[in-house]
Parts: sequence; structure tokens; C-alpha cells
Amino acid sequence: MAEDRNRVSRRDVLRGAGAAAFLGSIAPALQAQAKAKVAKGIARGGPGAVEVGFTINGERRKLSIEPRVTLLDALRDRLELTGTKRVCDRGSCGACTVWVDGKTCNACMMLAIDAQGAVVTTIEGLANGDRLHPIQDAFIREDALQCGFCTPGMIMSCAALHERKLRENMDSSAAPYRLSLEEVKEAISGNLCRCGTYTHIFSACLGVGR
Amino acid sequence: MSKKKLRLGFEGKEKTVDVQVPDGTPDPWGTDAKLDVVGKDHTRVDGVLKVTGRAKYSYDVHPEAMIFAKLLRSPHAHARVVRVDLSRAKALKGVLYTEGQEGTVVHYPGQHVAGVAAETEEILDDALRLIHVEYEVLPHVVTVDAARAEGAPPVLERRNKNVFRERGRGDGDLDATEAAHKQADVVLERTYTTQIQTHSALETHGCVCEWKDGELTIWASTQGTFSVRDSMARALDVPQKKVRTITEHMGGGFGAKFGIRYWDRFCAKAAQMTGRPVRYLLDRKEEHLVGGNRPDSRQVCKFSAKKDGTLMGADVRSWGTAGTSARAAGVFNPGIYKFRATYKETYNVLTNTTEGRAFRAPRYPQGVFALEGMLDEIAEEIGMDPLELRKKNDVHSVRLAQYEVGAKQIGWERRNERPGSGKGPLKRGIGMASGLWHHTGRRGSAVRCRVDREGSVTLSNGAQDIGTGTRTILAVLGAEELGLQPQDITVRLGNTDDPPGPASGGSTTASTLGPAARDAAWQAKQVIREAVADARGGDAGKLDFKRGKVVGAPKDLSFQQACGLLGEAVETLGRWHKGRNYPRFEEKVAGCQFAEVEVDVETGHVQVLKIVAVQDCGRVIDPLLARSQINGGVIQGLSYALYEDRVMDPGTGDMLNANLLDYKIAGSREMPEIVSIPFTVSNGINSVGMSGLGEPPTVPTAGAIANAVHNAIGARVRSLPITPDRVLQALGVI
Ligand code: FES
Ligand code: FES
Repeated sequence: MAEDRNRVSRRDVLRGAGAAAFLGSIAPALQAQAKAKVAKGIARGGPGAVEVGFTINGERRKLSIEPRVTLLDALRDRLELTGTKRVCDRGSCGACTVWVDGKTCNACMMLAIDAQGAVVTTIEGLANGDRLHPIQDAFIREDALQCGFCTPGMIMSCAALHERKLRENMDSSAAPYRLSLEEVKEAISGNLCRCGTYTHIFSACLGVGR
Repeated sequence: MSKKKLRLGFEGKEKTVDVQVPDGTPDPWGTDAKLDVVGKDHTRVDGVLKVTGRAKYSYDVHPEAMIFAKLLRSPHAHARVVRVDLSRAKALKGVLYTEGQEGTVVHYPGQHVAGVAAETEEILDDALRLIHVEYEVLPHVVTVDAARAEGAPPVLERRNKNVFRERGRGDGDLDATEAAHKQADVVLERTYTTQIQTHSALETHGCVCEWKDGELTIWASTQGTFSVRDSMARALDVPQKKVRTITEHMGGGFGAKFGIRYWDRFCAKAAQMTGRPVRYLLDRKEEHLVGGNRPDSRQVCKFSAKKDGTLMGADVRSWGTAGTSARAAGVFNPGIYKFRATYKETYNVLTNTTEGRAFRAPRYPQGVFALEGMLDEIAEEIGMDPLELRKKNDVHSVRLAQYEVGAKQIGWERRNERPGSGKGPLKRGIGMASGLWHHTGRRGSAVRCRVDREGSVTLSNGAQDIGTGTRTILAVLGAEELGLQPQDITVRLGNTDDPPGPASGGSTTASTLGPAARDAAWQAKQVIREAVADARGGDAGKLDFKRGKVVGAPKDLSFQQACGLLGEAVETLGRWHKGRNYPRFEEKVAGCQFAEVEVDVETGHVQVLKIVAVQDCGRVIDPLLARSQINGGVIQGLSYALYEDRVMDPGTGDMLNANLLDYKIAGSREMPEIVSIPFTVSNGINSVGMSGLGEPPTVPTAGAIANAVHNAIGARVRSLPITPDRVLQALGVI
């Protein structure tokens, strides 16, 4: 029986979507060139490398990458920002959580070209120099980590909650905020931990802001 | 050898024993040891690295000019690989190495049939799609029932059957067990089943390989750096000294990551053939398919007891599958409690699924789930409090004390006297279960301690920290001996160029390296003492190291000043000594857990509200980390009890939920309140008195939850995971 390797995989779908976004945003000449390549059905899937630029942890970075490359892979393998982890590569574990324009995002579910012009923050950019973010401090204090593989994603989710709470509380004179356990659970409901650190993460978050 | 007195035990139950301490080793710590650093909460020494994303895992290593490798895997559970056409893949620009397994037979879905190494992961994807494989599909069986059925096709061609009896020392005596049943007042026969659980460590299996001048460096995600080095050297037929494994940080293993697997060899080979560093870390689907799993079980139990609660006979026949491997699918049942007689028959059943692997306390959670269910059923049958029944038949002094602690914490008296008697659709219940594990330690392991003349201290060993906190534990022990703080000590782990250490299996790493680290630091201390006494006078033996100072010389010195008196930096090698002269306080490690659940009898949904885990771990080195370990065991046990289940499709033979969405792992919303209580026991097993803590806390959890569910609803679910449909079935609603 013949095994057909030309099944449609998620990467194909992503690639298709990415190519579409890409085609919509670049110069017509390039567009035509890319279309021609796709049409000929060459072995190398998708159009060739394209330029993309974004701000990462406060720094402008430019890359030349294939449109099908996810933001996650761009960070890890092209920009040497390996703190963001690849675990499922399918949006189901949260290990790759970063902030894109201030919002949490699974970097494995976003194409790097879709981050064109965006402001991206990764775990490496969370601390202010040597001064850790309060959530990072709290994670250490409460031992909210074991192997640490889920930790960057967990921290990005928790720190986003913390930042949001601070913003919401900005006008009120009571600067510290109060979190409920439910809010913390909700904030990391998309993050998996196999070592079982959840309960220590709860204490870490609940301890900050009080 | 010198004779010493050693106090062993725990608060309320101590005894003094005579021990022979080998010369040149530190005196063992007893219950009365005065310790400054050990036993206090310390945060992880690698905490900052891990919260800032700077910790380098194998996956993060990116040597210059690195390329990528991947294997093409069979979608069939059983098939002959007739033809592998690599020509189109080879022709693709950027493909650097290929191989095919033409002519082989695959025995499980996900078995490799071809492999590629390419410049980028994108080219790799394209290349794998271009490989054309022709299969001749053969009949398969992917479940124990199908494999046991009359006329089932053999899983392996070279064997003509699928069911293999496994015999072991603990098999017991059938006649005596039958006789015990005869003398009993109640005899119960029940069948319990458990599912297959995949390890699902967040960092998948794999490695990065680089050859330089005929030497191979493997950055591996492994629980056994030395086992990777040795098995790779053997596989490639190169001397061990030409191979080095590095595992600086590791994203979880849970028993699935020892030695090398085919992909590691392929990676090393591709690196050799292309002259480029190669990375191959499995993707999530591969991890589920071939990474490893805990075998399932069908346990047919016949237990008996007297009306007064005396346990009589236990007879367990079990069947389970470790895939294509006819071993290790057994279960551990009796052993916690005293029975008059026990008997067991264990059958390993071959199926066309990937090989089972050791999984955190192999055989225990599944066996204890059935054992503790049976105990509860007996208690109900004879009208006895389940906890009383356990106390009556338990002889472990530590666990007997733990029962009191746990019962008080959960409020045992709140349980339903009559199971299922709560009002309304949301019913609460409380249950408990026990666990045990072994004291372990590995001979031959050594920790190096280096103290230089500036007073900086480094402890090193080539084994790995798989996330348990070994690094921190060594720092705490070194700090204790030298009168420093853990952060003053640098601990280097995970490079096989450093002294040998154990693979992390059997809860052995910390309990082996901890005493060795203490030994090494203690030896270094002797050298510093001599140097201080030589230079400043006084009695070397009387010098004490406390809070960063060396006291007892005519004038106190700081640790750094004392080290400045050394002629050269000191290097010592500390070892783990089997505590041959230290009698153990108890032969086994004890634990028990209590669970409170709430069950919605209309939907069948189970929510665990609280778990109290009381766990013996010998001397507790760092209670903060110990609590993390216990939490981790409990959470994994909860996930096993309620959610995880590898689903194989009998028709296609493929795994239906090889991803982290459909293979459900407990998340934040499923979390109960967890009260983890490290129960410190000075047990005399080694000079520190510490035991491992990786496995024991996951042993009782599923049993405790299942018993709590029964107490809530008055019906028993005898199959894991306890899903809503099983709850409703037990209630007779569906
Ligand atoms: S790796 Fe992105 S969600 Fe899992
Ligand atoms: S700490 Fe290991 S996966 Fe969360």
C-alpha cells in the first residue's frame, strides 16, 4: 500500500494562512513572484524568505525568514531567545507565552510575519536589568518552579495579570490590588505544568500586590 | 572505625543505636544533630536562571552551523516496510543526510521508517513529505483484550504468543492464601483496572550532537547523563572517554529518559556523516507515540478478612501491556499491610503499541489503587472505619504516626458514616490511602568539592538535576558543613567529565549525592582546619565553622581568611557510603494521603477539594523544596486518577489523542488545596539520614481520591481514570 505523504498538516494550513497574510501586505512585484513559485508547485513549500521587523524586548530586530516560520521558532532559533519554550507547538500548553503589543499570546500560534511592526516582550525582557519583576521574585520565593520548563510561560501569564491589575488600579488611591484565587487560576488556565507547581504558583501570585 | 552512638527515629519515637563510623568520614547526623542550614526553607540556587529564561536546556543549545534531524514514522501499528523511496527528498536543496528502513517490519504506530537531516526545520518538513513509503499492512492488536483473545495475531513475528507470565520473588503461596480465605469471615472478589499514562514531560526526548576532533558531545534531555554516554559509546563503538553528555537543566523525565533511543543514535550518526552539529528533539506527537508510558492493568483481586478486621488472604491476578516489551507491566499490591498469606500471578501482554517505560514509582500507583480500594470494600463489608482497619494491619511505625497527622488535618471525623448519605446533587466525601517506597543510594557515585584560597566553594558531579532540586540540596549540605549559606556554594551538575553520579531513577539522586556532598565538604573542612591550626595555633579538631566564620582559634577568622591560609586550593572527593554500620530505623519509606472530593451526581463530575499528603523522606534537607516535590507527586497522581488516558483506536491501530489537548493533564482549574507535610525521620540510611522523595508522594493519590469518591456517592468506581461517565455508570444512572 502506498503511503501518501502529501497530507495536509497544520503547518500547511498555517503556511496557507501565512502566505495569504503575506501576499496582502507586500509589494505587488514580490507578490507575483511568490505566486508564481506557489503555482509551479515546487518542492520547497511556500514562497522564499521575506523581511520582517519587530521590536523585541525594546530592541528593533530585522529578520529574513520564510513566511511559515512561527514567532516562536523565530525567537528561539533565529534570535537566540530560548527562554520561550516549545512544548506542544499547537496552542495547548502555554509554554510559549509572550506578550505581543501588551497582550499574552501563544508564540507557536502566530507567524513571525504577522508580528511585523509589533512590540514583543519575552521572558528575557521582563526583568529590568538585574531587578526582577515582582512575579519573578515571587516565583523564586514560593518555589513555584521545579524543572522550570513551564516557568517562563507561567510567569508571562501571571505577570500579564499583575500588570493588568496595576493598570486597572491606577486611578484608585489604593495602589495595591487584591487578587482572588479564581483570577489566578483563570490567568494560567492555558498553561500546563507537568511537575505540578500550580499551587505554589497560586501562592506566588496571591502574595504579590497585597 | 570508631564507635559512636546515633539517635534515630522521629519526635515521640526515638531509639539510640551503636554505629561504627569509618575513619575519614563524618559522623552521621541523628535526631539530636544541631544543624544551622539543613532543615530550613531555602529557595532554589538556580531560581534566577529559571525565572529569567536564562537556564539552558538541551533544547536551547544551538552550536554554530547546527542542522536539524527528524524521523519519518509509521502510521500503521503493524506493517512490513516494502519500499522507501528517498530520491525526491534527497534531491531537495538543503537536505544533507537521509536513511531508510526498507525491508523492516514496524510493530507499533510511530516506529521510524526513514530519517532526514536538513539545514532548517522547514526544509526538514518538506523533505519528510517527499519520502514515499510503501507498506504491506499486517494485522494488529492494540489493546490487552484484543491481544488476549482467541486467535489474536501475534504481535512479534518471532514469538508465537502474546501473553507471558512474569514470575518474581513476591509471588507468594497459593495454597496458604486459599487456606487463609477459608478461615476468613468475608471474602471479596473484585476487578480493578487502570489506564495507560504517558509521561508527557514538557521537554520532549532528544538531543543535540556535535563531533569535534573525533569526540562526541551530546546535550541530552536525560535522567541519566552517564547512561547516555555509555550506551552511545557502545552503539557507535567508540571509547567512553570520547563521548561526553551535558544536561545542565532538564525539563522533566518522570522515568522515560534513561539511556539512548533510536533517535539519539540517528542524531549522532547524522552529525558524524554531515560534520555538522545536529539537533533532534521530538515533537509532541512523537513524544506521546514513542516517548514512554505507564502500562495499564486489569487486576482481579480476591481478598479476605476476619470480622475483627484481621486481614487474611490476598490473591491478585493481573494483566497489563508494556507494548512490544513482555515485561514490567506488573503491579505492586500487598506489601503495605500484613496479610496472613498472599499470592499473585502477573501476565505481561504484548500489543502493537510503543514500549512501556519506568514511570514515577513503576507498578505502585496502579497496584495501590486496587489494594486500597479492596481495603475500603472490606472495611465497609465488616462495618469498620477504613482508617481503623489500616491501623490494625499496618506495622510501619512511621506510617502509624502519619495516620494521626493526616486524619487530623483533613478532619477524618467529617466523613460520611454512611457513604453517599450527603444531601443534594453535590456530594462530598473523604477517603485515604497509604504508600511506601524504598531507601536508595548508589555506590560508586562521588562529589568533588573544591575550595580555593579566596574561599569560593564548588561542588561538582556529572549527574543531572531533573527538576527535583538536587543542585540546591547539595548546596545546602555543603553550606552546613562549611558554615556558609547555600548561595555561597556553586554546584555544577550535568557534565559527564565530572565525577560519576546515578541516573535519576528510584528516587536515588539526592539521597546518593547528598551524603557524598556532605562527605566532600567535610573532608575539605579538615584540610582548612589543619591550615588554620598550623598558622594560628590551637587545636584543629576544635575549630568550628559557623555563619561564615571559623571559630575556636585564638582569634576568629572569616571563612575567606581561613581559606587564605591554605597553601593551595583544596580538592576532595566525597562518596556515598552504604550505611552498613547504620541500622535503619525502618526498612521502607512511609506515606499516606487523605482526599476530600465533591461529586456532582447529575453530571458525574469529580472535583477534588483538598489533599493532605504526609510523606516520610528521611531527614528533610529543604522543606520548601520537599513540599514542592510532594505537591508534584500529588498533582500527577490526581491527574492520573481523573483525567489521563492514552486512547488507541482498535481499527486503525493509531493513537487518537497524541496531543496535549485530547490527552488531558490536570491544569490550574482542577487544583485542590494541597497540604504537603514532609515528615522528618532520622533513619540512619546514610550519614545525612536522607531518603529520596521523587516517587513516594505519587503512590497513594489515586487510591485516596477513588476512596473519597466512594465515600461521597456510595458507589465504587473501580477503573481509572474516574471520568464522569464511569461515575454515572457506578451510580446506575447510565
Ligand atoms: S508551545 Fe505554544 S502553546 Fe504549547
Ligand atoms: S516546573 Fe516542570 S513543567 Fe512546570
